[in-house]
Amino acid sequence: MTTPAPPTARRPWIGTALVYLSLVVACLVVLLPLVVVLLTSLKTSREMTETGALSLPHDFLNLDNYVTAFQDGHMLTAFGNTGFILLFSISGTVIIGSLTAYAIDRFEFRMKKLVVALFLIATLVPAVTTQVATFQVVNSFGLFDTRWAPILLYMGTDIVSVYIFLQFMRGIPVSLDEAARLDGANAFTIYRRIIFPLLKPAIATVVIIKGITVYNDFYIPFLYMPSEELGTISTALFRFKGPFGAHWENISAGAVLVILPTLTVFLFLQRYIYNGFARGATK
Amino acid sequence: MTDMTSEVARRGPRSGARASRTPAGGALRSGGAPRSWKTRPLRRLTPWLFLAGPLLLLITFTYVPVGNMIFYSFTDWDGVSPDRRMVGLDNYEQIFTRPELFRVFFVSFYYLAASFVQIAIALYFATVLSFDLRFRNLFKGLLFFPYLINGVAIGFVFLYFFQDGGTLDSVVSWFGAGGDHAWLGSAESANTSLAGVSVWRFTGLNFVLFLGAVQSIPAELYEAAQLDGATRRQQFRHIIAPGIRPVLSLSVILAVSGSLAVFEIPWIMTGGATGTQTFVIQTIKLAFQFNKTGLASAAAVILLLIILLITWIQRRLVPDERTDLV
Repeated sequence: MTTPAPPTARRPWIGTALVYLSLVVACLVVLLPLVVVLLTSLKTSREMTETGALSLPHDFLNLDNYVTAFQDGHMLTAFGNTGFILLFSISGTVIIGSLTAYAIDRFEFRMKKLVVALFLIATLVPAVTTQVATFQVVNSFGLFDTRWAPILLYMGTDIVSVYIFLQFMRGIPVSLDEAARLDGANAFTIYRRIIFPLLKPAIATVVIIKGITVYNDFYIPFLYMPSEELGTISTALFRFKGPFGAHWENISAGAVLVILPTLTVFLFLQRYIYNGFARGATK
Repeated sequence: MTDMTSEVARRGPRSGARASRTPAGGALRSGGAPRSWKTRPLRRLTPWLFLAGPLLLLITFTYVPVGNMIFYSFTDWDGVSPDRRMVGLDNYEQIFTRPELFRVFFVSFYYLAASFVQIAIALYFATVLSFDLRFRNLFKGLLFFPYLINGVAIGFVFLYFFQDGGTLDSVVSWFGAGGDHAWLGSAESANTSLAGVSVWRFTGLNFVLFLGAVQSIPAELYEAAQLDGATRRQQFRHIIAPGIRPVLSLSVILAVSGSLAVFEIPWIMTGGATGTQTFVIQTIKLAFQFNKTGLASAAAVILLLIILLITWIQRRLVPDERTDLV
């Protein structure tokens, strides 16, 4: 995003006005559903029955619903589980991705083409289609209903991060490896001391993309961790459907609780997030 | 794919040169072969030491499941019992002949149509916001943010949004249209509403991808075009459109395969009721609720084949060439 914007052409003010109008409408469409949920989360159950969806809450500091959602919705456990899974699957992804990229980019070996092809073809297989059979594999390892099932799945099926690392690795001059090798460093030392620290920008990208994906994923924890005490923020929030039924003020508070961390991270890391996603999706 | 293999081929000779250069350099310094490269077997083994873990995970969680799935699809296995019978193509025949199993494909069309709407909106805003505008970053942030939100939270937000007498009804009534409408009541309106949610959720991703592509076009091109008196429309047609073609083609393929693999939003919002069941919901239900692993596997194999076919067609139609503008 450092490229300067192309200069604006002189054009009739009505065109500019229409452009701004379209932008404002788009922002309203994005914000309206979210703002309504925020407002709802601050209402009492009595206000809910008496007022319409778009009315303002009586007391903007009424946080009762948040307390209920946090406690009865077991959100603390959920954040704990999600944090645990995040920690291990992200570090795993970074290590696995950088190791793969290092081996593929810096070595010539027999069957290299086959290995590259294996990683390439895997990108074409959408994980969602193979879950029926993946389930049996996970189950046969005795990992079903443990936090290791999602961790291994997130680590093992992430090919996008391998691509991101590969791209960065190409930018690191080979002469650095050679200099270290002359000083007697072995391949692993070179990886750990030279390559890995230089991959920092790529690591940041992968951590952001992977972090957001894992934090928001519903499918894998839903299938592999049905136990209530193993709920992640997605599955714990999904369970609000049962006990809270039509208590929209509580459900809304739960939804806001889940969205808030994302919003915070987004506000602080905006620029890196855009770059990361542009890089990740276009490989 | 071609991009990658040619890349390997290009690097090949250089890496070869590197390998032959190293011993000579080592000889200069220490008067013999470099220390860590003395043993040849170890040297040949080195890349595999790095690849062992990644390959093991890749094979265990991608290739073994694909292989097993194809095998299960020819059996009547229930996923639990030790005995399974080979039934040949029976499962595939069922999917194509039982209309209630095949019907889910038609739900995909709602999402497919939605994703083209989404691409169009994203393209418009990417073009508009790549020029200098006030509050540019604010608009960018607002448009992208929905993509980052948790799917379950989005499901609840919109479940509330579509309620009878809820937000959408209130907004509609501002414009004078009749009050209550059961947005999730009939199959047609429910699917349209859900597809609308997916537009709301994913437009931001397309937008950011397009924006990145538009901004990678050198600014001099616009300046030159403006000096030549090109209009905005002409600039879009001749500079922006060709510049973002690779990303556009990627988005189309993601749109097609994505609309076949929709799961989260309908599962969270309707559970697949009122005709909103998608292919993946049906597969998950067959496998994990009705214990029809064989039939579910056949369905998954069909979905996989369709997605591979679409990818292949796209690669034929739009080869991975670099569009050179300068």
